[in-house]
Amino acid sequence: MKLWKTFFNGIIVENPALRLVLGMCPLLAVTTSIQAGIGMGAAVIFVLLGSNLFISLIKKIVPGEVRIPIYIVVIATFVTMVQLFVKAFAPVLDKQLGIFIPLIVVNCVILARAEAFASKNKAVPSILDGLGMGLGFTLALVIVSSIREILGAGTFFGISLFGEAYKPLLIMILPPGGFMVLGFTIAAVNKLTEKKKS
Amino acid sequence: MKIIAILISAILVNNFVLSRFLGICPFLGVSKKVETALGMGLAVTFVMALASVMTWLVQVFILDMLNLGYLQTIAFILVIASLVQFVEMVIKKTSPTLYQALGVYLPLITTNCAVLGVTILNIQESYNLIETLINGVGAALGFTLAIVLFAGVRERLETAPIPKALQGFPIALITASLLSIAFLGFSGLSIFK
Repeated sequence: MKLWKTFFNGIIVENPALRLVLGMCPLLAVTTSIQAGIGMGAAVIFVLLGSNLFISLIKKIVPGEVRIPIYIVVIATFVTMVQLFVKAFAPVLDKQLGIFIPLIVVNCVILARAEAFASKNKAVPSILDGLGMGLGFTLALVIVSSIREILGAGTFFGISLFGEAYKPLLIMILPPGGFMVLGFTIAAVNKLTEKKKS
Repeated sequence: MKIIAILISAILVNNFVLSRFLGICPFLGVSKKVETALGMGLAVTFVMALASVMTWLVQVFILDMLNLGYLQTIAFILVIASLVQFVEMVIKKTSPTLYQALGVYLPLITTNCAVLGVTILNIQESYNLIETLINGVGAALGFTLAIVLFAGVRERLETAPIPKALQGFPIALITASLLSIAFLGFSGLSIFK
């Protein structure tokens, strides 16, 4: 029962992107199309799973003073794996995500989970926490990228939705659109959760 | 001529925060007051210029020579993390006043993706050492410009009546969006011919 709670905590209650407002850079930069959003989400899930599992296993032998550099090296190793894998098997995705694949290293979500959860818990809860947080982050990426792709290009997964007559709102694909959509998405989440409480 | 083009491009046309989306966390986190924003901007400028040069040297003289290109991400993040630690110690010893002004921001910079971002971009664009330095400084100045402007707007927002759901991050993001539209105007600047 408690394990389920750990899992769902990351998806809804403490959604890393929409509730805790962590990891904003990829959330704004790679959400111009849904494919790129999902690709980024998958990469983050893999890194989060790997680093959470590994850190929870080595937590007893890591000296407290140098734990942050050690965590960063562990995370960077998993990121390098993703980087090489994507370059070899998904060159299109590699082009879409570009510099933001190596930048997963400095995504605050991953280091925050390593420090706040994996370094204090056993392997199984850490895996579930990583999976939940990763899925929560992916959910945010999918929401923001769907809004931006539908409004900004008139397509969904590259399939045209409204026919020829639709003139896309180009601004949604451009940088300002990213800030705007994310701002309104977080506002909507705030509004919805606020109602639930009262 | 190319150097001026790189500088203008890094500060205005491809502003790191507002059009490349790098360094959003400190941009949203440390921008409540103009003074702190300026402090963060200066600390980032200092670290970014040093990190650009150091990682370029590491790439050219260690990674390329030993064919270890795939270790780039790990090597760069280690260089940046130790550099930040080192800068913190040096400033603490040599200039207590500067340490008081910048000290709080230094640990935060390790996880600032703009720093890692600029170092990787330098290598991707295959800049030489001087261009790397200029690009690093330009990117940091662009960051400083954006964060100071943004802090100015946010100071005013403190007293404005804002709907409850929009308070905090949402209104900050929407403000950033408007600022980003303004910077979009620079994209017409063509000095690259």
